[in-house]
Amino acid sequence: MTGQKGLQIEELSIRADGRDLLRSVSLEVRPGEILGIIGPAGSGKTTLLRCLNRLADLDEGLRISGRVFLNGASILGRDADVVGIRRKIGLVFPVPTPLPLSIFDNLAFGPRIGGITAVEELRRMMESSLKSAYLWEEVNDRLNEPAANLSGGQQQRLCLARTLMLEPEILLLDEPCSGLDPISTAQIEEALKVLRKDMAIVLVTNNVKQASRVADKTAFLLLGELVEFAPTRELFTTPRDKRTEDYITGRFG
Amino acid sequence: MIGIFFVALTALCCLIIVALVAVILGDIAWFGWGSLNLQFLLTAPQQGMTEGGIFPAIFGTVFLVLLMTIAVIPLGVMTAIYLHEYAPRKSMVIRWIRLAIENLAGVPAIVFGLFGLGFFIEFVGRGIDRIFLDGQLAFGQPAIIWAALTLALLTLPTVVVATEEALRAIPVSHREVAYSLGATRLQMVRRVVLPQAVGGILTGGILAVSRGAGEVAPILFTGAAYFLPYLPNKLNDQFMELGYHIYVLATQSPDVEKTKPILYSTVFVLLVLTFALNFTAIWIRSRIRRRLRAEK
Amino acid sequence: MNRPKTMTRSRFAEGAVEWLIRASAFSAIVGLFLIFIFIGKEALPILTSPDVRKEANISKLFLPQDQAHPYSWQPVSEIPKYSILPLFVGTLKMTLVAVLFAIPLALGAALFTSEFSPGWLKEFIKPIIELLAGIPSVVLGFFALMVMASYVQELFGIVYRLNAINAGIALGLAVIPIVYTVADDALTSVPKSYREASMAMGASPWQTAWRVVFPAALPGILAACVLGFGRAIGETMIVLMASGNAAIMSWNLAKPARSLSATIAAELGEVVVGSAHYHVLFFIGISLFIFTFVLNMFAHWFVARLQKKVLGTI
Repeated sequence: MTGQKGLQIEELSIRADGRDLLRSVSLEVRPGEILGIIGPAGSGKTTLLRCLNRLADLDEGLRISGRVFLNGASILGRDADVVGIRRKIGLVFPVPTPLPLSIFDNLAFGPRIGGITAVEELRRMMESSLKSAYLWEEVNDRLNEPAANLSGGQQQRLCLARTLMLEPEILLLDEPCSGLDPISTAQIEEALKVLRKDMAIVLVTNNVKQASRVADKTAFLLLGELVEFAPTRELFTTPRDKRTEDYITGRFG
Repeated sequence: MIGIFFVALTALCCLIIVALVAVILGDIAWFGWGSLNLQFLLTAPQQGMTEGGIFPAIFGTVFLVLLMTIAVIPLGVMTAIYLHEYAPRKSMVIRWIRLAIENLAGVPAIVFGLFGLGFFIEFVGRGIDRIFLDGQLAFGQPAIIWAALTLALLTLPTVVVATEEALRAIPVSHREVAYSLGATRLQMVRRVVLPQAVGGILTGGILAVSRGAGEVAPILFTGAAYFLPYLPNKLNDQFMELGYHIYVLATQSPDVEKTKPILYSTVFVLLVLTFALNFTAIWIRSRIRRRLRAEK
Repeated sequence: MNRPKTMTRSRFAEGAVEWLIRASAFSAIVGLFLIFIFIGKEALPILTSPDVRKEANISKLFLPQDQAHPYSWQPVSEIPKYSILPLFVGTLKMTLVAVLFAIPLALGAALFTSEFSPGWLKEFIKPIIELLAGIPSVVLGFFALMVMASYVQELFGIVYRLNAINAGIALGLAVIPIVYTVADDALTSVPKSYREASMAMGASPWQTAWRVVFPAALPGILAACVLGFGRAIGETMIVLMASGNAAIMSWNLAKPARSLSATIAAELGEVVVGSAHYHVLFFIGISLFIFTFVLNMFAHWFVARLQKKVLGTI
């Protein structure tokens, strides 16, 4: 298993207050792939993502067991370089979370704390990130405006671009389109399809159709349990588990 | 029907309190405004304080609270940051620190005065004299630095509480974004938390200054002087101060009737100073609270 | 991402700053501890030093000394007398006046603004009471000395212009904002559902406030009273200026009085460092410290109970 590119999750379990949030989940995603994770609310999707980029460190009382490897190196250990991991595994939150700064400063946040301060270099990175997020046309002439002035859809694409500024190897998206209109959603989905070339993407969504549209592989989580994990087409056409079938056909959840 | 009587009674309580405040402030404003002029603010007392102005007292007060601020703001802000950003929530350490802050806020002002004398002057000051100055008397006596440090300890809870309130107003999501972009805790604090907490820190600082400028008991034996022919210009100088000046004029004046206009005007100046500071703080705080409500 | 070489140095700086933050966090605890140690240290000779004990010891401080004047505080007379009971009595009687004056007013006002007043009126009254909190105590002392004293004297027909009633009322002015603020917080923290349930059963606003909200907020209200009491006991400048400062062993409110705190304020400036008198004043200081500390702990405990009551058990 060592030396393998991408993200491997092996028997990952997360407990809090004597409750199982995640039960022995094993998944993997490689560069060039989009992994869709679907499931009803409370299935542990968000917990899983927060664990993957070590944001779960902030939540007290979580007990995590299992193994997670990035390019073959474990990222769960106490001695792992948490800051480095977070820079390699970018996370986009469900609601747009611009910091109360200008568009420019939002984008420059990650590189700056990493030590890149040259404006020229920042601008170059910004252009490519914004283009990847399909936002360049709309904001390139007003980078110094407050990010809060953007519309919801633009803000979410800004957050995507902000994560891309880190040039992550893995991109985690937590229901990135939950509050967005269909046009913004389409733009983000379009962006993801292109981005897949350079990185592995994990897309958590409670929109089953979105997973079927963009994901290469899909996992179905239910109450912390991995019910099914298969190539998207297979999972949506011939689900092996009855619960998967019920969920994707809209019979519950 | 009895109910209405009691409700009216509680309204009467409010009315009495408001009336008392109005009477006190009205009296001071009415008599204080009279002999107030620019010369009064800019000259020193003369003729055994029965004439002249209060410039040295204003200068001393400003100098004193400035030194106090320099000491208390970093200490208070760092304490608040530790409590809110570093320590695990609901841990024992936090409970102990909060309890200590609460208790510190309740310690009588005069006890701080004793502490300033016993610790800063007799222990620290004498220690400095003995070790660095061959026993020559320089810091082991009442001085503005010791008064300022004593007041800093007294106002520490004010700064901590105000800063913490501001920290609470910052959405958790901002912190998580910073972490998810690879910030260390300190980077997160410096780039996300502090810029947004400036208002709260300012509020705390202003409230502390307003409190510090009005407290007399802690500086009675730590540095305030009855009268000085010069302005303090070293850390170990004594100083004149508005509140102490009021106390002196009110209780130890050779000619009470003659001093009265000066006394009233001095009180007026101190009140205007503390109220101006308080209003600014309340204004900033209400803006922070409005933002907090908007984001919830 | 390529990292500049300064990273290790900034890591070191970061560690230093974080260490500083952690250290500062303990400043309040250290401060309290130092207060206790350094005031206690100067008070200790009353118990330990033979020289000091000859002049002042616990029994001389608290027990009757001679037949004619069993309790007297005359630290600078030919034969110094250090009975602190007159000071205790003075402190207590002025505190009592302050508390009796301030607590009903403040609690009434808090009930009004939290239960009965329209929002705009509360927005008007609350800042005014906060304004009162912002008046420095030396200014209240000045007002009590220069203005109020004459009216109080006339109103109660008292011989002495400065007396315990005058000082007590002025002290009350400093206590009102504390009691009001804490009580108002406690009352407003009672969930709205309590009031709605009571009103739904046909209770009037007063019945709701008095029978439902007030009892629910009781621990917080007790905390308010305890904190107000603590403030009154420790307050210095008001008492120093408005009480007449005579150390008399008498419960008569119309006579001048001298409090523990005012005694320190008035005498420490002239005392010889290291003398018995000096140590007695520190002994008074540590007593005040311990006493208010205990009161604060009580208040803290009450507030914790309030939180448990209105938040925890629903």
